[in-house]
Amino acid sequence: MSQLASQQQVVKKASTYRISYILSQVALYTALILGAFIFILPLLWMLSSSVKPGYQVYAVPPEWIPDYFVWDGYIQPWSQFPMGTFYKNTIILVVLNTLGTLLSSSIVAFAFARMRFRGRDLLFVVVLSTLMLPPQVTLIPTYWFFARLGWVNTLTPLWVTAFFGAPFNIFLLRQYFMTIPLEMDEAARMDGCSWFDIYWRIMIPLSAPALGVVAVFSVTHWWNEFMGPLIYLNSQENFPLSLGLALLNSRNFNNVQATFAMTSIALIPMVVIFFIAQKLYIQGLVISGVKG
Amino acid sequence: MLNLASLSLIGTGDLVMAQNTTALSKKPRRRLSQRQIEELVAYLFISPWVIGFLIFTVGAMLFSLGLSFFDTDLLSRTRFVGPGNYIALFQDPLFIKSLWVTSYYSLAVVPLGTIIALLIALMLNQKIVFQGTFRVIYYLPALVTGAAVAVLWTWVLNPDIGLLNGALMRLGIPRASLPRWFLSETWAVPSIILMSLWGTGANMLLYLAGLQSIPTQLYDAAKIDGANSFRLFWHVTLPMLSPTIFFNVVLNIIASYQVFTQAYLLTNGGPNNATLTMVMYLFRKAFQQFYFGYASAIAWILFAIILAFTLLVIRSSDAWVYYEGSRR
Repeated sequence: MSQLASQQQVVKKASTYRISYILSQVALYTALILGAFIFILPLLWMLSSSVKPGYQVYAVPPEWIPDYFVWDGYIQPWSQFPMGTFYKNTIILVVLNTLGTLLSSSIVAFAFARMRFRGRDLLFVVVLSTLMLPPQVTLIPTYWFFARLGWVNTLTPLWVTAFFGAPFNIFLLRQYFMTIPLEMDEAARMDGCSWFDIYWRIMIPLSAPALGVVAVFSVTHWWNEFMGPLIYLNSQENFPLSLGLALLNSRNFNNVQATFAMTSIALIPMVVIFFIAQKLYIQGLVISGVKG
Repeated sequence: MLNLASLSLIGTGDLVMAQNTTALSKKPRRRLSQRQIEELVAYLFISPWVIGFLIFTVGAMLFSLGLSFFDTDLLSRTRFVGPGNYIALFQDPLFIKSLWVTSYYSLAVVPLGTIIALLIALMLNQKIVFQGTFRVIYYLPALVTGAAVAVLWTWVLNPDIGLLNGALMRLGIPRASLPRWFLSETWAVPSIILMSLWGTGANMLLYLAGLQSIPTQLYDAAKIDGANSFRLFWHVTLPMLSPTIFFNVVLNIIASYQVFTQAYLLTNGGPNNATLTMVMYLFRKAFQQFYFGYASAIAWILFAIILAFTLLVIRSSDAWVYYEGSRR
């Protein structure tokens, strides 16, 4: 009798456990889906508004499905604004900055990770502490310096500093280099490799994931960078895409579709890069943050 | 002479060894010079950073500090004012306002962003279907930074035809009581906060990576000891994740005090300076009104605030950040 009762109790316990499990799953998925909707909605709205006829764009409350498609927003800005030039300038900034920071940060990180020299640890602390320095502190002198060189309203001041190494990238690459076994270097040294050989022919090929992370971060940063171009550039033919979009938005109130369309197009490369490099993103975060 | 030079190069730690080598043979001395070559090459390798650091950090900082004691447009007007800029700043109602605006923004965005990102990461870390898809959706907005996000949000938050007010109307909020978002002094900063929170996916990815690196044995052991899911979270997940949270919070504080692009594009500091952030004010003073000395003083106060907050968080970290093993 008592055995039966306890058995019933166990069954009852199991079923309440099951119910609470199902409830928690329902709550989890509801929250996830609701949250996902909130996050994706502005982007979907942007896409739909880029092809909606004018009266629907201004409809209150918003209408989602276009009555008919208007592609004008994707065509008209190209003749109204130097969109091609905006893209060209952005690509120049992205390529030079990414190349610059990859070359300079990696060789500096290599020395910090693999070589012995006096003051190394202290200097590395200095590298890290410059992470805390807001760029606004050095902005005005840097501006003055580049103005003296006659570089205002050129792209040069926006990429030249990339070739002096970026503290965060140095830190990230150093962390990665440290995980590669030291025996590699020692063996290479035995075989008469120079330090540069070890850096260029051993470390660089072995560090593709970390270099990829730095590249991806740099590309997304410079694709979107706004304040630097805003300060240094003043004529449209030097504008990158970020300034171009702001210009489009401020000058084009009667054609909202164009703003939405051009913003949508501008996002495509970033989305593509993210899908290709998703693993790299997460790996980069692990290298820099979780193990840091 | 040569020995003396090498002695001073290797430092006192190797003193005894160096004396021995000079007394004995040539072979160990070659090892010594190898060491010196390594050192020289290393200095050569770090020279890009050293040069950049000396010019664009140390040089620029000294220059900026100096500038903050002058009244100058960097062209014709240059007048030494001593601490005048700093004194003027704290009597400048606009600067005091920018301090409040920036602190308000930071105090809202850092904790809210951390909590939202952590919640999403915890949900995504469960055994769920379509995990990859959810992760991409939550991360997508973080890719849309800078100008594009601000342009988009000028329309999402448009009080009349915007997406958000449209949704609020659907929820039954009468049109007259809808927030005017960036057109209203009260709602202007919350507008920028909302916009920034939308991009919290980067934090989420970081936490997700942190969660996935927690060893499962810890959970198994705790379950055997009879821990429920809340206790698992409180006694396993949170301590193990605390270094990641710490790192991220520090970076977020530093970044949040530098907020500019959103305020510039969404409201240009308005309405009635309701979104005049510190960097926005610095930008106005320096590049629109050419008070470079005054602007440099703003930059230094910004730096001091960031430094103070960062040190505060680092100091407090002993109390709440758990490092596995005896590291640090």
